[in-house]
Amino acid sequence: MPYIPHSDKDIADILKTVGAASTEEFLKYLPEELRLKGKLNLPDGLSEQELSAELRSIAARNSTVNGYASFLGAGAYNHYIPATVGHLASRSEFYTAYTPYQPEISQGTLQAVFEYQTLVCQMTAMDVANASLYDGASATAEAVLMARRITGRDTVVMSAALHPEYRETVRTYLVGAGNHVTEALYCTEAGTTLPEAVEAACGDAPACLVVQHPNFFGSIEDLATLAEVIHRKKGLLIVVTAEPVSFGLLKPPGELGADIAVGENQSFGNPLAFGGPYLGFMATKTEYVRQMPGRLIGQTVDKNGSRAYCLTFATREQHIRRERATSNICTNHGLCALAAAIHLVSLGRVGLCALANLNLSKAEYLKARLSSVGIAPAFTSPTFNEFTFKLDTDPDAFMKALLKKRIMAGVGLKRFYPELARHIVVSATEMNSKADIDRFAEEAGKVTR
Amino acid sequence: MRHIVTKGLVLDEPLIFEVSSAGRKGVEPAVCDVPVVDAAKVIPAAMLRGANDPMAGFPEVSEIDAVRHYTRLSQWNFGVDTGFYPLGSCTMKYNPKINEDAARLEGLSAIHPYQPEELSQGALRLIYELEDYLAEISGMSAITLQPSAGAQGELTGLLMIAAYFKAKGRPRHKIIIPDTAHGTNPASSALAGFKVVPIKSESNGVLTLDAVKAVMDDDTAALMLTNPNTIGIFERNIHDIAAYVHKKGGLIYCDGANLNAIMGIMKLGEMGVDVVQFNLHKTFSTPHGGGGPGSGPVGVGKALVPFLPGPRIKKSGNKYKFVRDNPKSIGRVKAFYGNFGVMVKAYAYIRRMGPDGIRKAALTAILNANYIKESLKGTFHLPYDQPCMHECVFSDKAQSAYGVTTIDMAKRLIDYGYHPPTVYFPLVVHGAIMIEPTETETKATLDGFIETMKEIAEEARANPDLLKSAPVNTKVQRVDEVRAAREPILRWRPGA
Repeated sequence: MPYIPHSDKDIADILKTVGAASTEEFLKYLPEELRLKGKLNLPDGLSEQELSAELRSIAARNSTVNGYASFLGAGAYNHYIPATVGHLASRSEFYTAYTPYQPEISQGTLQAVFEYQTLVCQMTAMDVANASLYDGASATAEAVLMARRITGRDTVVMSAALHPEYRETVRTYLVGAGNHVTEALYCTEAGTTLPEAVEAACGDAPACLVVQHPNFFGSIEDLATLAEVIHRKKGLLIVVTAEPVSFGLLKPPGELGADIAVGENQSFGNPLAFGGPYLGFMATKTEYVRQMPGRLIGQTVDKNGSRAYCLTFATREQHIRRERATSNICTNHGLCALAAAIHLVSLGRVGLCALANLNLSKAEYLKARLSSVGIAPAFTSPTFNEFTFKLDTDPDAFMKALLKKRIMAGVGLKRFYPELARHIVVSATEMNSKADIDRFAEEAGKVTR
Repeated sequence: MRHIVTKGLVLDEPLIFEVSSAGRKGVEPAVCDVPVVDAAKVIPAAMLRGANDPMAGFPEVSEIDAVRHYTRLSQWNFGVDTGFYPLGSCTMKYNPKINEDAARLEGLSAIHPYQPEELSQGALRLIYELEDYLAEISGMSAITLQPSAGAQGELTGLLMIAAYFKAKGRPRHKIIIPDTAHGTNPASSALAGFKVVPIKSESNGVLTLDAVKAVMDDDTAALMLTNPNTIGIFERNIHDIAAYVHKKGGLIYCDGANLNAIMGIMKLGEMGVDVVQFNLHKTFSTPHGGGGPGSGPVGVGKALVPFLPGPRIKKSGNKYKFVRDNPKSIGRVKAFYGNFGVMVKAYAYIRRMGPDGIRKAALTAILNANYIKESLKGTFHLPYDQPCMHECVFSDKAQSAYGVTTIDMAKRLIDYGYHPPTVYFPLVVHGAIMIEPTETETKATLDGFIETMKEIAEEARANPDLLKSAPVNTKVQRVDEVRAAREPILRWRPGA
């Protein structure tokens, strides 16, 4: 059997030690009526070679973003992953280890994640970041729960321009604690969260305002104004960033009034992988660290005074605090954080800023090219590497026609926003060549003409 | 087989920020083939990074700096590929390499979650079939693969339980949890809005019907148990307990953390379990990644199917489709569909093993745990002396006479080249040493470990200081975790 190394003699020797006649003998301690009589109804086992062929044939039934010109974003971004990431994150000393409970033999994971925490702080301009959460959506839900603990208040205001699947996740997580969630409308002209709507939704005692930046439509939010509204009401500002490459260009959340910065770091080092595993991040101010969920790595010393790292502030966590823990999270996304750190380190400071500018340039070029064929942006606000346009015709037919030309023309918004039935959100990254963008605009022009 | 520990070439490696040098570049982004945009012309200055850039201090290193940095860090880590990792309740089995290759196939990794269904038929098929396999292995009616890890699976299951009672118009507010449970169980229950009612296991390590009867009432939504439990013992009263809980209108939640002991041998659905979460990173051989990512699918019985998170996947003819209209669903617990990259690895494992391999894995895991238990029971105190399932729990009672505790023995094991077992858990055993060998280890490895444990017991008697000062063969020696919490340094800062 694969992966089970005992020879018949090994088994015979072990049985002799344990005083059993056969391996099956251990089953006699299990209730007879619960023991399976037959065999599981699963396909028979395959040799490694057969399995390899089978997996390839399944993979071949998917089209990839490399086989098409893909302008899909909306929370999952196609970026170039440097070769270093795959090679280093694939070192099995990293990926076959468990959570670093034994610091003396886990210094590699611990130092790498300590560095990752620092990188997140540097990008977001926050004081402290945790080791990772599952993804941007669940990180947002955890941030909302954290804001409730800090403020002792219930009311949660979410911008309607927050990713719809993030909003749905927040609502799911809040069921247990009573919902009290309201949504603040976006400005139909600018495509950004309306401060007046936030003001109205807040009531007297809001726990927090949740804003995505750049938001789901790609629009860059006026965070300073929104921060003023929520802070005047003594609530916390949670800034969600689903496309962290924007940190290379935009003023970070920490400088614009964010109390908690969360989001999705998939863009760094993690493949699209049909939606997961991704990498939730969370950063906050020092004063709130004891309310933060998730693992935290701290620097300390060993008994000889040498610098060392270990998991810390465990008294927040489920294995110590049980039902009074700040979160139930245990396994997080450590390896995804490692991949992100390797990507960020490989890029470096200049590289990250250059990448951000490259993304902006590509998206602006796409915007200009689409405009030139009569497809104009739907909103007036500035954008980063993603924006929304509106068609005069049926967007499903439009996307279908472009698919035939091997172009994935963005994500239709009808499913998420009934009022935006003719809107499509598109993203352009360094992966979209000028030729692809030109072709997209040209074909789009033909379809809408 | 025992290893002789020698001194390797362990090089120190500063923090990446400390080797940074202004102007050094690693992997540069591609050359811009469209007009370069001056950000200040399209985005207001107030929204752009200023001259006073807090990203100052962000690393600037060359490619080879980065490669050596992470290579060195990896060398300070201990993983399953490094050596024996008998971490109880974590099922640190071998992570097959073909699984890793599979997840990296372009057709399974360069696919966008929002690309059209007709271009994602392979991915949808894989998810659909994996749901099917897990349903068959567990005996449950339906599976969701959306939850990211075991704890998120627990939350998902508990929210479905809450929704089930709410839909009946009679919400219930309590969950009964045995004292042997993982900490995530009470934490997830609280997050789902339940009050936790603890319950003690009997002196023989199992739950009794009477104990359940004493606390079960008509405000109790579910009994949440782990089977086999964290002492490594099968909850043999489960059938009667489930029948009673069901009679009282309650449900049974099973934490599937220990599924490796029973797959192919018993089905949870047939024991009366209504909800179970799986840990693909334990039972189904996907790696733990130094702290994730895992995957925590949830299986449910018929009554709970309408409450599963969406979207669901349906097959009609040869086509797979997302179904988004699920009015009773608890909603989603994450964006997109789950940790697909992890699902690929679990799928590969199940296809490689087949029904015979799955069963043999469980049987061998049981055999190996009993081998360790029998071999060490004269040396270490065994609080529950009976046949175990996939893991066994000892304590430091015998060694405490010499002033030696579990942590000392755990640290000494490191010096001999083994990862320590789970320590001080379950909480019901004072000074617990919880050993789960898994089925993927050779007899030689098990023998080496057994011999080493005996030697450590002897050292505890003859030379306890040796254990107190362990480990000595590691990159760093015993780490001051108290100081880390008292004087927190949670990030690097320039000039620090």
